[in-house]
Amino acid sequence: MHGDLEVDFLASSTRALANPQLRTNFRRAMDGLMAKRANLFKDPAEWAELRALGAAVRAQSLARLPELLDRLEANCTRNGIQVHWAETTDQANHLVLKLLQDRGARTLVKGKSMVSEEMGLNAFLADHGIEALESDLGEYIIQLDDETPSHIIMPAIHKNKDQIARLFSEKIKHAQYTEEVDELTAMARAVLRQKFLEADAGLSGVNFAVADTGTLCLVENEGNGRMSTHVPPVHIAVMGLEKVVATLEDVAPLYSLLTRSATGQAITTYFNLISGPRGPGELDGPREVHLVILDHNRSNIYQDAELQATLRCIRCGACMNHCPVYTRIGGHAYEAVYPGPIGAILTPQMEGVGVRHDLTHASSLCSACVEVCPVQIPIARLLVRLRREATHALPESLVEGRGSGRSALESLLWSAWAWAMGHPSVYRLSAWCATRGWGLLPAGAPVLRAWTRTRTKPKAARRGLQELARAKGVPHV
Amino acid sequence: MSEARAAILGRLRRAAPMADAPAPDFTTLQVRRWEPAERLVKLRQGMALVKAEFLEAGPEDWPRVVADFVVREGLTSLLYGPDTAEGRALAAAWPAAGPRLVPYDRPVEAFKTELFQDLQAGFTTTLGGIAETGGLLLTPGPAEPRLLSLVPPVHIALLRADRIFDTLWQAIRSLGWNQRLPPNALVISGPSKTADIEQTLAYGVHGPKRLIVCVVAS
Repeated sequence: MHGDLEVDFLASSTRALANPQLRTNFRRAMDGLMAKRANLFKDPAEWAELRALGAAVRAQSLARLPELLDRLEANCTRNGIQVHWAETTDQANHLVLKLLQDRGARTLVKGKSMVSEEMGLNAFLADHGIEALESDLGEYIIQLDDETPSHIIMPAIHKNKDQIARLFSEKIKHAQYTEEVDELTAMARAVLRQKFLEADAGLSGVNFAVADTGTLCLVENEGNGRMSTHVPPVHIAVMGLEKVVATLEDVAPLYSLLTRSATGQAITTYFNLISGPRGPGELDGPREVHLVILDHNRSNIYQDAELQATLRCIRCGACMNHCPVYTRIGGHAYEAVYPGPIGAILTPQMEGVGVRHDLTHASSLCSACVEVCPVQIPIARLLVRLRREATHALPESLVEGRGSGRSALESLLWSAWAWAMGHPSVYRLSAWCATRGWGLLPAGAPVLRAWTRTRTKPKAARRGLQELARAKGVPHV
Repeated sequence: MSEARAAILGRLRRAAPMADAPAPDFTTLQVRRWEPAERLVKLRQGMALVKAEFLEAGPEDWPRVVADFVVREGLTSLLYGPDTAEGRALAAAWPAAGPRLVPYDRPVEAFKTELFQDLQAGFTTTLGGIAETGGLLLTPGPAEPRLLSLVPPVHIALLRADRIFDTLWQAIRSLGWNQRLPPNALVISGPSKTADIEQTLAYGVHGPKRLIVCVVAS
């Protein structure tokens, strides 16, 4: 939902870098998450085998995507789950709104769902007089402070407990100020259990959808997912269309990779499989279950043989935990629903590479993300591809906004560079000028200033490598 | 929204057929096996790590072990499913002057507030457990409703020691879950928890604050 806003990654990341509290919070959190994950993948052979299996399952599921979606719909319908399709986030929002309005629902409790963040659902429903309350503790915290998630797994990771303590004491009725995590958690519990009890409807995301049995899998620790999906009379699940696999057996390796990569746990507290509303003879559970399948440009990503790998993602967040850029600037600086390396490839494809091609440069291409990705998404290669998409309207490409990031000055400079490289005499002359003239250039010169503001100006060698080689009698230089 | 459906599936079908993706090789999961006695040890290790607590009992005396626990902990009520064999055994052995044993025998709408605010513990059976990671397999349904293991602050679950599967993958295959699933099935590995505040682990955020596993020796 950031497509309409002015986004400026350079400005936002510069601001984030200048915020020592934010940097401390992220550094500590990412170090913790990396250590926890490493502890769960101690056997490199096991890691290699399991991730090869995970990648194969995701690749095979994508290869059969249209067929699996068909089957998912048929089996969900047979189970009593009503399936709806949305091409855009706007359509998805209206679908959810209509489901709620038709049932006279005024309050919605939400389990954690990144797709609902894509939709900007909370704000949309608020505009239509429906209260959508986040119940995941992290999401609840940021909703109280009117913020968006800064991490896809740990949405409130940018806040420390003092900040949360202050927030609770200001925003929760009758709350006493405390920095004790157990007490803060108990406060949220008291508020939210009452909300679960009263809510007219519940909404959740979907971690995996199983085509063969028409099953929605929810992975969580808190129990708010179960509360949101089992207590209110109506459960609405929203999912990106890529989440489907063929069988429940396929989910087993993905679930293991997800929990270990995301939070360094062998298993989460709850792994909840929903295959229908309250059945005959059942005394609880929702009377209705609805599944909204969202496209939001995924079907275009799907048609590109290389970019399709983006859709393998199981949203574990390991790529951001290990990213030197994300760790330093945090999630909000990306001004996108999905931050970090996965966001840097997903956001430009969802919102258009023209408006968001800055994100493809939010990486040093160090490939730490590629090494830890449990489903082997070649993130660095895709970043390079998208950088190219931004400046070249490649034939047969479906990437939105392709070629629109082309700048006349940049193109001219690169043409000049290519021309100089193709003409040895010009190249030699420029190398001579650069080595001799470098000293004359003031450290505060434009462009150079970005470097020298916090560093000393590098010294140039008096003679270039080519000159030195020639002096030593190396032939053909 | 059948228009959206047609448009989406149309675009997906327009993609060039993929080069055959290699078939997933599940050997790495297949080879994870343990001796029966070892399975219980592993399950207990995995679950103790996330603060699950254990009671030990025999095939005959487990109802008394459960009742003793409820009394010892000063819990004033226990909600249970009256229509299972285990539910009947529990009721038969329940001490006359003991805590309230409350059958979950009405639609939740009839006692939602009491369920959320008064009832202190819930008792369920399980289909078994998972050795590799720890975890209990449950299929809530008419006999044992979904909220029994979720809303009361203490969840007491009965686990038969000879019903522990090696891995989740193996459990899925053995239970036929690839073919058929009830409206709700789940794995529970411990009490409800969160690490959303500074990654500090806190238990009992929305669901049960304690998970008690009563292991019935075979």
